[in-house]
Amino acid sequence: MKFYALSGHPNKPCSVLRFKQCTIMLDCGLDETTMLNFLPLPLVPSRRLASLPTWTPKEQPQVEGELRECAGKVFIDSPPEFCPPQTSLIDFSEVDAILVSNYTSMLALPFIVAERGFRGTVYATEPTLHIGRLCMDELLYHMEQTPRAQHAQHWKRLLHLLPAPLCHAYKPKLWRQLYSADAIADAVRRVHTVGYGEKMDVFGALRVMPSSSGYCLGSANWTISSEYEKIVYVNGSSTLTTHPKQLEQAQLRGARVLILNGLTQVPSYNPDDMIGAFCAKVAHTLKGGGNVLVPCCPSGIVYDLIECLAPYLDQQSLSQVPLFFVSPVAEHSLAYSNILAEWLSHNKQVRVYLPEEPFPHGQLVAGGRLRPYKNLQADGFSAEFRQPCVVFAGHPSLRFGDTVHFMELWGGNAANAVIFTSPDFPYLECLAPYQPLAMNYYFTPIDTSLYFSQANKLIRDLKPQALLTPAQYASPVQRSECQLEADCPVLTYRRGDVLTLPVRRAHQRLQLSAELSERLSPVPVGPGVAAATVTGLLHVQDNRHRLDVAPTPASEAASLQELTEARPRYHTYGAVHVP
Amino acid sequence: MPEIKVTPLGAGQDVGRSCILVSIGGKNIMLDCGMHMGYNDERRFPDFSYIADGSLTEHLDCVIISHFHLDHCGALPFMTEMVGYSGPIYMTYPTKAIAPILLEDMRKVAVERKGESSTSFFTSQMVKECMKKVTAVNLHQTVQVDSEIEIKAYYAGHVLGAAMFHVRVGDQSVVYTGDYNMTPDRHLGAAWIDKCCPDLLITESTYATTIRDSKRCRERDILKKVHECVERGGKVLIPVFALGRAQELCILLESYWERTNLKVPVYFSLGLTEKANNYYKMFITWTNQKIKKTFVERNMFEFKHIKPFDKSYMENPGPMVVFASPGMLHAGLSLNIFKRWAPDEKNMLIMPGYCVVGTVGHKVLNGAKKVEFENPRTVVDVRMAVEYMSFSAHADAKGIMQLIQYCQPKNVMLVHGDAEKMVFLKSKIQQELSLDCFNPANGETCTIVTKPTIAADVSLSLLKRDLQPVAEIGDLRVKRRKLMHGVLIVKGNKVRVLDSDAACAELGVTRHEIRFTSTVTLEDPGPVSRTIDKLHTHLQKRLGITQHLGDGPINIGSVLLQVSGSDQEDLKEAIVSWTYQDDALGSYILNSIKNIDR
Repeated sequence: MKFYALSGHPNKPCSVLRFKQCTIMLDCGLDETTMLNFLPLPLVPSRRLASLPTWTPKEQPQVEGELRECAGKVFIDSPPEFCPPQTSLIDFSEVDAILVSNYTSMLALPFIVAERGFRGTVYATEPTLHIGRLCMDELLYHMEQTPRAQHAQHWKRLLHLLPAPLCHAYKPKLWRQLYSADAIADAVRRVHTVGYGEKMDVFGALRVMPSSSGYCLGSANWTISSEYEKIVYVNGSSTLTTHPKQLEQAQLRGARVLILNGLTQVPSYNPDDMIGAFCAKVAHTLKGGGNVLVPCCPSGIVYDLIECLAPYLDQQSLSQVPLFFVSPVAEHSLAYSNILAEWLSHNKQVRVYLPEEPFPHGQLVAGGRLRPYKNLQADGFSAEFRQPCVVFAGHPSLRFGDTVHFMELWGGNAANAVIFTSPDFPYLECLAPYQPLAMNYYFTPIDTSLYFSQANKLIRDLKPQALLTPAQYASPVQRSECQLEADCPVLTYRRGDVLTLPVRRAHQRLQLSAELSERLSPVPVGPGVAAATVTGLLHVQDNRHRLDVAPTPASEAASLQELTEARPRYHTYGAVHVP
Repeated sequence: MPEIKVTPLGAGQDVGRSCILVSIGGKNIMLDCGMHMGYNDERRFPDFSYIADGSLTEHLDCVIISHFHLDHCGALPFMTEMVGYSGPIYMTYPTKAIAPILLEDMRKVAVERKGESSTSFFTSQMVKECMKKVTAVNLHQTVQVDSEIEIKAYYAGHVLGAAMFHVRVGDQSVVYTGDYNMTPDRHLGAAWIDKCCPDLLITESTYATTIRDSKRCRERDILKKVHECVERGGKVLIPVFALGRAQELCILLESYWERTNLKVPVYFSLGLTEKANNYYKMFITWTNQKIKKTFVERNMFEFKHIKPFDKSYMENPGPMVVFASPGMLHAGLSLNIFKRWAPDEKNMLIMPGYCVVGTVGHKVLNGAKKVEFENPRTVVDVRMAVEYMSFSAHADAKGIMQLIQYCQPKNVMLVHGDAEKMVFLKSKIQQELSLDCFNPANGETCTIVTKPTIAADVSLSLLKRDLQPVAEIGDLRVKRRKLMHGVLIVKGNKVRVLDSDAACAELGVTRHEIRFTSTVTLEDPGPVSRTIDKLHTHLQKRLGITQHLGDGPINIGSVLLQVSGSDQEDLKEAIVSWTYQDDALGSYILNSIKNIDR
């Protein structure tokens, strides 16, 4: 069994498993942190950004205009680019299946599907597919709102001349611009939706099955098994009780290899405390007459934020403050979350049987408290917009989308605040191109994925025979609360690694047909042991092995092959009895 | 021989009270637990005493409910709370949400309007307690009931959340369809199942003899009739169950009213409507693709033209269309409206679904012109037009055959249909698909014998050896052969196939080498080498051996052929020797030489 690591980001994994002549890709996460090297793309031309001084390395005039400096840091003045999974390690035409664990780990799918010769099937749960699609559509929409004719390329050749952190960028020549709408449609077409506990067959050789991981709507851990071997792939799991269905552990036990990814990115922040802190900061800012910008993704934590914030503001007598949710997919996201009863936590599910909507945001929208808008130009937004207010908008990197507009609008006023809740981006780097900044900023990251201590407990419960994790999790320089411990051998990987996993096949399941079974005459050969000679015709179809009665050779028309294949019904052993 | 035993406690050559017991691999499973709408006495519930007296928990391993119609789940609270069953119960999410509402609705009708004593019927609390025991399942989810029973639900169309269930115990399996529909309709998709090759398929056969005409025609037909009726000032009553068909008909009427700009009021009996539509909205993923895609922009289940009904409207003059529950006119609002409107010939009754024997709906459909009622004793003249629309979403004969071909069962059993119609379909299945087909009556047990296969672990080395081209014999390369020869070892529950040497080593058995040698006297004057050539040519013809080098003995596998004697003698001795393993080849060669001159 071979393992190929195509991504080095533990929370945006992409790897490939090769076993029993099947090639299975595990997730296709997109590393978005590369975006932080780029300047924001404003919706309306920004005088501030346009007047930033250009930065040119010595005697390299062709880079002129590609780089600009802001508050001592150098940025690329171009639409942002992404670092897709490594394409050189494997031949994508050989990938039979892609297993997607959640919508945050599928944004590179259009890149993969567009690879030459790709013919595989993508397995994902229905919410993963839908929300993943919403996220991709949102990315693309934001990008298309701010088109640029030129893409900066020259700087990639002069990496060594650039200041940090640009000079440390990982292989920028591999970076790609965002995919097109067609590429998204192609990728979505490849997806076969599955439900928790649904066993899917991969060429008869392997079975793959998703089970709930408790991290977000439709998030799944995958079990890959043959009759004898079981591999468990855990990515982005949560043992906390939020809105998604709870983590199921039973399926994950006793694996030959447990592949563990996607642990918390902010181990020193407790999500419960952070949601409290978030509400408090919002209320504090509103009371001071300021506005609050919450950069967020269009699904996921934003549901919990809204659910907690609305009653909190009511308690603080701030009921009149409007909550705006600005995203091209805001309405879809809110509506969609309310029709996914099967994928929700027990408490939310119970509401459906009443029948009431599982999330309160339907009520909040109906009551005019929460207002979803496609964008800032949408009908009614200008009329309804009043300050102070709370705005949930994308993109959390503050590099494109409506957040850029609000940053430019509110950045100069110390009464306003931006509150970061996404653990995916270092907030100071997000803010760097906006410096100097008068508005307040807070970091209350909410990451419900497993803590290291929870992960260690999980490993103890699941008792795998070997553990495979990203190298970051096993590095001895980490603090003790950020280290994985296991009683079994621990294997680690980095981007580009190819590993041989300690799984060796010894057996194959063979089905003896009813007719053949009837003809067997087992003899006892020891206490509780019986043996029988078995001769049969082997059929292999769809990787399933079946043994049937062999045709008896006709004595006259015998061929050499038939005669040499004929085997006696008995083996000769034991005491010779000569009368 | 292992067998599967099936006993219908209801729905055997009958419609209503579906309840089928299956014994498979030592497990007892109940499929559906319905009540019969046509009876008011103990016959309405299945006879649970057939299973056991008293608590059923230790005799049943699980109960599976296919959908929320009362003839499939109506007896469940009675069984769990009054007879006593605390084992697992499975149904889909929408069924779990909607079934308790229908159960409660039915309970009210039975207890409050019919004045039944509360002791013989379950209470609201019992419905709640019963539903707490239910485990909700999703489509295609493989649910492990215990270490041996595995169940999996497939989409059945019929109503929201309706499912077919595949039950597997060991290597035996049964598929139970519940009610299903093979043609997509306005709000639900078509039933689908994969090629799971069960030992037995238990299918409903409501429309065993009908081949329905096209859906569009039927829709046009019903709309035309409704339109004509309201134009001449008549009132149209459509008895429906609150969930299911009602939603499809509402969508149909809503779009027709929109198109034709009709102003005649359309009412839907209040109560369940709003709730029902809410369920449809929240379980929209269980409807069809089109509704699913457009739900954000436009909710199909919010109707502009259809308004809630109030009892007082019954007396209103002028035309109107009313949807009222229940669907078989056996009680409740629809029956009240019927009593009021039936004597006027301007009015019309449209029965969009099947009615079980004994209900008013069934009587009227069979042309009854007078219907008698008790409490108070009245006779109602039926002068209104009565139309039957085959609208209920069951598969027709073509659909049933199609489903059988989808899932490739080894045997078929028909339930949930009329006895005579079953006979027709049964012979069709036997003739066209050459499958054994059963249609037991209630209480009659069918035994289906299954052929067991043995699952063995075979070592990869043996598998590779026997899939490789074997050694060359003489000059002939024996083709890639697929014949496997080894030793099967049974130890406890483990069955393994090993190659002979490995098996002997493991069992500590020393094998004897047996060699047979036989001499044939041939009359063949001339040199010995000529005799050898002659034998070789002979065997070449028979077996296709190509080459022989020199005068040495002939080797074919382990068979050795030598000729002794001197060149001068007329008689030569041909010696054939072979091992026990190559007995077939050796005997063949020996015989062939014996008969060389014939």
